[in-house]
Formats: sequence, structure tokens, C-alpha cells
Amino acid sequence: MMSTVNSNNEENNGEDMSITTPSTSSLSSVAANHASQRQPGNAPLGSGLEARGIHAWFGKHHALENVSLDFAAGTVTALIGPSGCGKSTFIRTLNRMHEFIPSAAMAGEVLLDGKDIYEAGTDVTKIRLQIGMVFQKPNPFPSMTIGQNVLSGLKLAQIKSPKNNDDLLEECLTRAGLWTEVKDRLDAHAGGLSGGQQQRLCIARSLAVNPKVLLMDEPCSALDPGSTLRIEDTIGQLAQTMTIIIVTHNMQQAARVSDYTAFFLSDGGPGQMIEVGPTNEMFSRPKDQRTENYVSGRFG
Amino acid sequence: MTILSNSTPVTPQKPWKVSKKQQLPNLFLIAAAVVASFVIVAATPMKGKLAYLLLFFVIGTTFQLALSWYKRGRAAAADTVAGAVMMAGAFIVFLPVASLLITTIVKGSKGFRPHIFNHTMAATSYSDPLTSGGLIHAIIGTLFLIVIATAISLPLSILTALYLTEIKGKASGFIQFLVQAMSGVPSVVAGIFIYAAILLTTNLRGSTFIGALPLAILMIPTVTRTAQEVLNLVPNELREAGLALGATQWKTVATIVVPAARNGLITAVILGVARIAGETAPLLFTLGTSDKINWNPFSGGQNALPYYIWSGLRDGTEGGINRAWTGILVLLILVLSLFVSARIFGSRKVK
Ligand SMILES: Nc1ncnc2c1ncn2[C@@H]1O[C@H](COP(=O)(O)OP(=O)(O)O)[C@@H](O)[C@H]1O
Ligand SMILES: [Mg+2]
Repeated sequence: MMSTVNSNNEENNGEDMSITTPSTSSLSSVAANHASQRQPGNAPLGSGLEARGIHAWFGKHHALENVSLDFAAGTVTALIGPSGCGKSTFIRTLNRMHEFIPSAAMAGEVLLDGKDIYEAGTDVTKIRLQIGMVFQKPNPFPSMTIGQNVLSGLKLAQIKSPKNNDDLLEECLTRAGLWTEVKDRLDAHAGGLSGGQQQRLCIARSLAVNPKVLLMDEPCSALDPGSTLRIEDTIGQLAQTMTIIIVTHNMQQAARVSDYTAFFLSDGGPGQMIEVGPTNEMFSRPKDQRTENYVSGRFG
Repeated sequence: MTILSNSTPVTPQKPWKVSKKQQLPNLFLIAAAVVASFVIVAATPMKGKLAYLLLFFVIGTTFQLALSWYKRGRAAAADTVAGAVMMAGAFIVFLPVASLLITTIVKGSKGFRPHIFNHTMAATSYSDPLTSGGLIHAIIGTLFLIVIATAISLPLSILTALYLTEIKGKASGFIQFLVQAMSGVPSVVAGIFIYAAILLTTNLRGSTFIGALPLAILMIPTVTRTAQEVLNLVPNELREAGLALGATQWKTVATIVVPAARNGLITAVILGVARIAGETAPLLFTLGTSDKINWNPFSGGQNALPYYIWSGLRDGTEGGINRAWTGILVLLILVLSLFVSARIFGSRKVK
């Protein structure tokens, strides 16, 4: 098992781990518990995403080198690594946000349902509709109410949901773990919510358009521990219907929420993916010395 | 299960750029729209360049709309229409500007010869052949006017803007109102004001300095209001960060806020200079006049490019009008090079 995770192996791994892995560190035990919760029998919904040989450049600066990762449907993958190693850059190549930077260039393929999203003639708005994104800083639309924020995706993408708006509103807010807190003030402006609530509102907003994949770039880094836990709960729920890729600097968080962990590192040159594997293996017995140093807090 | 080991170097690509092949249908549609508009103009009583343009726009847009609807659905079609409307708007603005530039270049180049940059009109009259005379005295006059008007108005404007955005003193409302009112003052009124207030009441005569005063009056509201806008864009966190380090408000403003707004402030000055560089009316009362170079801004009449243009047009002879066009061309080049150099020298290097 090197850089590509095969989706067929994944559930067996999860099962094995939960039974046989002796937990040596607290991190790996959290990961093992988490993995045991995921039912092997439940065929996950959503679609997988596969990155093949991704490189990214900003002008002449080679920011990311040859990253291949397979995100199986219904799994949560955590991307960890020190600042500046290209995690954000990588995640932004996955839903074609990278191209908004004028000097940006890339190479490689990103397959959604087996189709390259960079293929000529692809409707990029449809791609971003299927691959949602939650940003580091909560960014609810300031001119809209809470309810309007949740439904804004439908309006912006000019699509209709099969459900009626009230049901959809409740469903999305419930899945994002925010419903009970805001159900009496859906007409209030989103600016009045706390940071953690705003971030969950942003998650609810991305759920309304029913994405297959959800990208999260350090979604909890500006939040208090309580809000962070709520969002982690939310992620666990969401993984039953979609594929989630989350960048995090918080090792405990990676251990708690993810099935797989990929470690990125830049040794002064372009960022590279050093190692990927089931989360508890990554934390208990990583294959690469650099991963070991990082997860045990010896550098980075 | 394996790392893709690419031995061949990977090259940066931009797969999001529309490739030549993808543009082919578009090119084809544009060609079809051109042909269709020619056919329609020939077959119907519609006449003239405007008819071609209008038809081309309407037909071209319709084709594009049909293509994007067919390929990507209704939302994409709406996108195409919005894009076409914006293109049309930009084109409508671009057309007169381009026409103006081309006319100026064509007509102005007749008298645009090297010797105009080291001759004055001291020994030449406007109707003389274009081989004699020049406008270096007017260029120098205009540069003098811009420098003096900027030197007067820039500190006043920036300080006013700082008062309005940083100090927010008691008089802010009133000053804001005055600035607003000042920006509506017609330039000729500014000229008459200086004429009445200074030239009629003292025994001073028209000079470069007196001529720069109405220009400064015109420049102040433009620079103040633009500066105010850009200072308001500086995030409050920066001010708080400065204050939290123990800086006084003045130090924070001078070392953090103003440098952060630097590029915007340069834009403010550029807009101010653009406002005054071509002003003629206020100069008629205040500048005096001169046919030769006058290096003393405080005594004796002066010339300026707008004034030179006005004189040439008023002369009315073919020579005079040609000289006026050349003056316009030189003024355009002068103002443009001022702006470009302000941008180059003013904007700090990023990193
Ligand atoms: N907009 C940009 N322009 C130029 N370089 C960038 C830009 N964004 C990121 N980079 C560079 O790309 C590298 C990876 O950055 P990033 O993906 O943001 O790292 P991470 O998210 O892992 O902290 C860094 O060296 C950074 O300086
Ligand atoms: Mg980042």
C-alpha cells in the first residue's frame, strides 16, 4: 500500500484494525475506535474522487509535486502536514478553484466518477456543484438571512431541489448540527451567529446542493473546542452519504474524524505526499520516518 | 498501489484555458454572423456601418446563445447573454475613445516634428508653415502648473481625508459637505474666483503661480474624496495592531495606514492631475500669456498646452488648427507618461 488506496481493500482494513490493532498511543486508539464505528456492510453512497499525478505551480514556483491519492466513496481522508507544504493548493486543484489564481498552472488528472474534471469541454460550474468546499474562515453571505444562506446555492446554481424549501432547510441545518440552535431565527442575519455557528451554517449551505464530495480546508482552525467537536460530529454523519477530504493541523482531529490520513511535506522544494494509509496505522506505525517524526510532534 | 514514477519531466499546463480546437465552433459562428449581417444589409433597406455592427452583434449573440444552450443548458445561455451585454457596453465605451485617439494621432502627427520640442512661438505666428515654431514653452508651462497645483492641493487633500477618516472630528460632517459641494464647482468659476479675489484686488498680474491656484481648487475635492475611499478600505485590524503596540494615533496613521493605502493614494493623485491637466477656462483669466519659455513661476505670463491649443483654434488658420491638434497629441502623451511614471515609481515592489 503505497500512494494509492484501493477502495476494495478499505473496509477490510477498517475491520481488521478494529479487531486486531493493539493501540499503543492515544491517537491510534482514537482512530481505531473511530474506524470500528464505520460499518463494513454499509455500502457508502456518493462518489469517489481520484487524483492522479497532480502537480501545481504558481508562476515558476513548483508548489506541489506528483500527488496521487484515491479517495474512496464514503470515506473521510485527512490531509496533514506542516504549513506551506501544499495542502490547500492540492485541495483546490480537486474542485478547480486553483485556476482562479492568474499565475497558476497544473498537471495531472482528477477523476470524479471516472471522468477527468479537467477534460476540455467540462462544465466547470457543474463540477463545483458536485464537489463542495468549506473554507478556513466562515464566510456566510452577509446580506442574506440564515435561511437564505442555506438555500443560496440553489439560487446561485439555478437549480431546483426535489424537496420543498422548508424541508430542505431543516434537513441541511440538521445534518450540519445547527437546526436546534437557529430554528427560531431563520430570518435573522447570519452575521449575528458565533464563529462556530457560522461555520456550521457554511456546511449546511454546501449540503443544500447535494454534493458528492466535500472539501474542507482547516474548517475548525478559527473555532473554539466546543464548536470543533460539533463539526467533527457533523463530519462523521456526513461521511455516510458523501466523500470528505479535510485539511487539518490538529492531529487529534485527524485521528477522530478520518478513515485515512495522507501526510504532506515540503523539504524546501515542491510539496509532496509522503505517505498515506488508514489513519490508525499512520499514527501508530507509520512507514516513513518523516511521518513518524511529524505525528509524534518531533517537528513541523 | 504504486507511485506513478514519471521519468519524463511534467510540464505546467493550464487545462482551463480554452483551446484553439474548442474555439473553432465560436470562430465559425462569428464568421457565420458576419456573412449573415452582410446578406441582410444587402437584402434589406438597412444601410451604413452601424447597421452592420448592430446586426452582427444581434446575430452573433443569438448564435452563441443557441450554441451554449444546446451544449450546457439554460443557465449557461443566460451567462452568454450577460457576457454579450457587457461586451456591448464595453464596446460602446471603447468606440468613442478609440475614435478620439485615432483622430488625434492622425491630425496631430502632421505638426509632430522634433523641432517643436526645442522651439517656441516667440518668432513664429500660428499661421506660419509647420516647419517653424514649437510648443516647448507650453509643455514647460503645463508641467509647472501641474507641479504647483499638486504641491498645493496634495497636502491639503490628504490631510482633509485623514481628518475625515482617521480623526473623525466634530467638523467632519460640515467638511464632508464642503468637499462634496466643491467637487461640483465648474472650472470657469474657479478661474473667475481667483481673478476676482487676487488679480482685481491686488496689483499682482497673471502668472504660473496664480494660474495654478484655480487648478488646485479643482484638484482638492477629487483627491480628497478618492483618498477618503482608499483610506476607508484599510482594514481596522491594522490600526488596532499599531495602537496595541503602543503607537500614538499619529504614528499609526503615518507609518501603517498611509503606506497601506499607498497605491490607492497614487491613484487619487493621478485622478486629480487628470482633472486639471486639460483645463483651459480658468487659465484664460489667471495665467497671463507668453510666447517664450518663462522659468519664473511667480512673475510674467506663462503658456500651457490647453492654452496653446485654444490659441491655435482661435487663430482659425489651417496652420493654427494643425498646431492645435499637435498640442492635443502632445498633451495626451504628456499626461499618459506622467501616469505611467507615477505608477512605476509610486508602487512599491511586492516582495
Ligand atoms: N496564491 C499564491 N500565489 C503564489 N504562491 C502561493 C499561493 N498560494 C500558495 N502559494 C505557495 O504554495 C505553497 C503551498 O501553499 P499552501 O497550499 O497554501 O500550503 P498549506 O495549505 O499546506 O499551508 C507555499 O509555498 C505557498 O507560498
Ligand atoms: Mg492552507
